[in-house]
Amino acid sequence: MEDEKPTVYPYIPNSVPAVKKQMLKEVGAESVDNLFEDIPEKLRLKEKMNLPKPFVSECALRRHVEGILSKNKTCREYLNFLGAGCWQHYVPSVCDEINQRGEFLTAYAGEPYDDHGRFQALFEYASMMGELLDMDVVNVPTYDWFQAAATSIRMASRITGRREVLVSRTVSADKLSKIRDYCKPQIEAKLIDYDPETGQLDLDSLGAKVSSKTAAVYFENPSYLGFIEVNGDEISKVAHDHGAICIVGVDPISLGVLSPPIEYGADIVCGDLQPLGMHMQFGGGHAGFIATRDEEKYVMEYPSRLFGIAPTMVEGEYGFGDVAYERTSFALREEGKEFVGTAAALWGITAGVYLALMGPQGMLEIGKGIMQRSHYAMKEVSKIKGVRCPAFKSPHFKEFVVNFDGTGKAVREINKALLSHKIFGGKDLTKEFPELGNSALYCVTEVHTKADIDKLTEALKEVVG
Amino acid sequence: MKDITEERYVDGKPKLRRFHQARWDEPIIFELSNEGERGILVPEVEEELKGSVGDVLSRIPGKMLRKKRPELPELSQPRVLRHYVRLSQETLGTDLNIDVGQGTCTMKYSPKVNEQIARMPQVAEIHPLQDEETVQGILEIMYKFEQILKEISGMDRFSLQPGGGSAAIYANASIIRAYHESRGEADQRDEIITTIFSHPSNAACARTAGFKVITLYPNEDGYPDIQALSAAVSERTAGLMITNPEDTGIFNPKIEEFVDIVHEAGGLCAYDQANANGILGITRARDAGFDLCQFNLHKTFSAPHGCGGPAAGAIGVADELGKFLPVPVIEFDGSKYRLNYDRPESIGKIRSFYGVVPVVLKAYAWVMSLGAEGLKEVAETAVLNNNYVLKKLLEVPGVSAPYAKGKRRIEQVRYSWEKLAVDTGVHSEEIGLRAADFGVHYWTSHHPWIVPEPCTIEPTESYSKSELDEYVQIIRNVSDEAYKNPELVKTAPHNSTIHRIDHAPLDDPSQWAVTWRAYRKKVKRDKAGE
Repeated sequence: MEDEKPTVYPYIPNSVPAVKKQMLKEVGAESVDNLFEDIPEKLRLKEKMNLPKPFVSECALRRHVEGILSKNKTCREYLNFLGAGCWQHYVPSVCDEINQRGEFLTAYAGEPYDDHGRFQALFEYASMMGELLDMDVVNVPTYDWFQAAATSIRMASRITGRREVLVSRTVSADKLSKIRDYCKPQIEAKLIDYDPETGQLDLDSLGAKVSSKTAAVYFENPSYLGFIEVNGDEISKVAHDHGAICIVGVDPISLGVLSPPIEYGADIVCGDLQPLGMHMQFGGGHAGFIATRDEEKYVMEYPSRLFGIAPTMVEGEYGFGDVAYERTSFALREEGKEFVGTAAALWGITAGVYLALMGPQGMLEIGKGIMQRSHYAMKEVSKIKGVRCPAFKSPHFKEFVVNFDGTGKAVREINKALLSHKIFGGKDLTKEFPELGNSALYCVTEVHTKADIDKLTEALKEVVG
Repeated sequence: MKDITEERYVDGKPKLRRFHQARWDEPIIFELSNEGERGILVPEVEEELKGSVGDVLSRIPGKMLRKKRPELPELSQPRVLRHYVRLSQETLGTDLNIDVGQGTCTMKYSPKVNEQIARMPQVAEIHPLQDEETVQGILEIMYKFEQILKEISGMDRFSLQPGGGSAAIYANASIIRAYHESRGEADQRDEIITTIFSHPSNAACARTAGFKVITLYPNEDGYPDIQALSAAVSERTAGLMITNPEDTGIFNPKIEEFVDIVHEAGGLCAYDQANANGILGITRARDAGFDLCQFNLHKTFSAPHGCGGPAAGAIGVADELGKFLPVPVIEFDGSKYRLNYDRPESIGKIRSFYGVVPVVLKAYAWVMSLGAEGLKEVAETAVLNNNYVLKKLLEVPGVSAPYAKGKRRIEQVRYSWEKLAVDTGVHSEEIGLRAADFGVHYWTSHHPWIVPEPCTIEPTESYSKSELDEYVQIIRNVSDEAYKNPELVKTAPHNSTIHRIDHAPLDDPSQWAVTWRAYRKKVKRDKAGE
């Protein structure tokens, strides 16, 4: 008899048979089955689902999942030089400490009275990003940079009433794919060429394509290929001269040393928060930000929630709430701006913790330190025979293109060989940018020491030699 | 010595806890700044390396070099920690409260073991572009989870890429568009039909994807009107995007006929399974004829809600739509897992890389702790809990459960306080603010409020009978107060971190402030903010 007793599930308090029986009696049902009587018999699943046998104890479950995960090789065991949209930066311990707090981790959509702390933390996140970007409005994070860029473009289209966007051809193929899918019904994306020598956005190509149909010009700084776009002023001027909006995608960790895009004419700035305190998580740590000036015509086009500060009945007490909620799809369904849903708020809180820890001096030092390391890496790698590095003659931040044409080896082969040195080589660009030849995108950050970079250089020498 | 239980019973009040939300009066973080303090030091650069590269900042052209330091706060590490721990205490997560009052959100228990696993380096410290050989473990988990979702939904292919439920709904709208494009009918088929009790994102995402939206309203029994559907479909119909059970908790018994009507008109049917918790192992999307569906892994599948994300959405489709799924898809050849980008008809990318991987991992671990019987136990218990709370709440003066009289509800119930509002002048929203005084959430409902003075309660499987009784007692107490002393309710909250907020500035462009710098300029008119 003992064995036939139904299992009591730790996560399901009322799975205790006696309790269930009592509750069924209370609701006047003979069996649980009665509760589903409105689901037509024909649609009722007759058999038990064919799912793997569960690991009902926590101990066994952990062993099972950890066993599978042990097949992964991590960037702690291997030396990693991959970036390309997901970057290995150091995550301060306090960032993890805060985002694993059960109160934040398991909260959701409570009122400002239940969840004052959630509202304040997200308001402070937006406020610190505002300082970094020198802009007055920052959203509660959206999914990632892809979404932030696509939404920024649609915002620009609504503001200008125009249906074309000019996008720098150095954005990643994946991001362009997202932009095209998301903008498809309303907006056509046209590409602006780049200078093959420097990578810089080609002002002639821009001039030839910009018109009174252009809603926005979108480019990135640093670019996806790692170099710094130095002609921000000229690009934004062309956009503005044609009544278009200038959108700049930016890596926020660069902003201790690089000018905030508003300084060179950006109207909308977007990007990813992942560098600011989020682990890479196989691409699971992304969150997108969008920032603008505090002008009604911009604010009213955000689809995201915007948390604002407001007075309460008690003098000096801060309250918070939704700014201009009536623009959202929560309020207006299809009449709202695009759509809003659960995205990545906890990473926003975490990015706030990161910026509070770093402060102005930390952001300056980390930006400078990253540049010193990446420049050292470029210098050392460029000494290898047959290797051209950086492929573009421009200033760079943390990523750079390495061309292996002169080595006679394919990036794919090189990266396979680097694995035996416990190194993850840069992203293979041969399919994404065939015109760059046999090239890879390398990333160096503050986590790398001189010895790490020297190890890469030595390994590359051996591999291509 | 004073007995605490006496206090709980004073004034003939029911047995309610003496809750008070944390109140730290924590300043805005900028107000805590002390010049020169540091929260963390960044790794030092070796002298030899510095010497080798020289002055790197001089390589940045003048206008691109930041001149003015960002005015971030300057704080020591313990002060940053205390600030945020205090703010966390002023936040009422599911770990703290009987979180049944945010109906449609499925506020269930998020197992700690899954969180701990998701934070291991084997998940946290892997880069998405690593050689596939080095990420076989995580690809295996993602692939296996797709197989699990196929069995739960009956669908043939899945993608875990969308960053949340709404992103998944958008992806499905995009797939519907691609399907009609592939048949040369995209221009003609430009209408999506939804229902008013389906999540607002079904309407909003369809519009964002370029469709016109037709919204069906309920008939007098609360069911989506099948005659209205028949009148709405035409050669312009691209698809149906619908929740079931709807946000009222009522299961549409004619769902198969709905699907048939749309199919006959040449449209596709997408099932928003945000409310799937009550039907796991009971009924499946594909069996009712749906072509597409989506699950919210941060709801039904127990991953925590994180103050509003990281979320994750999973989309499932029937075989013929598989070719449109976002790239890459995960494949298994019997020995190795690989990412396949070679999908010419794919809608492309919905999100960076492959999805919100730690959330997928937590969802996988949750299913693997329960199995088929456990998932059915989840659904059955959630529905039993819901019907139990329904029974108990309907004994409370002033509340009703409109529509489908005498019928069972599935995952949640949309209640109405219309009578209470008429009797006492206390509105649903105010009931929620008073409920907060007892340490629980209470949510009204999505707009528009078709049900007057609404609230939506979703007990899930995660709370015991005695906890559900406690929640009902709180609501009963607030109702009693509304009848006896409405002012007490109308001036709530009384035990919160803060007092009533004046929301007017939040809708006034001259006063709203989304950042501290905007607040200093516009409201404080502080010189430093200029």
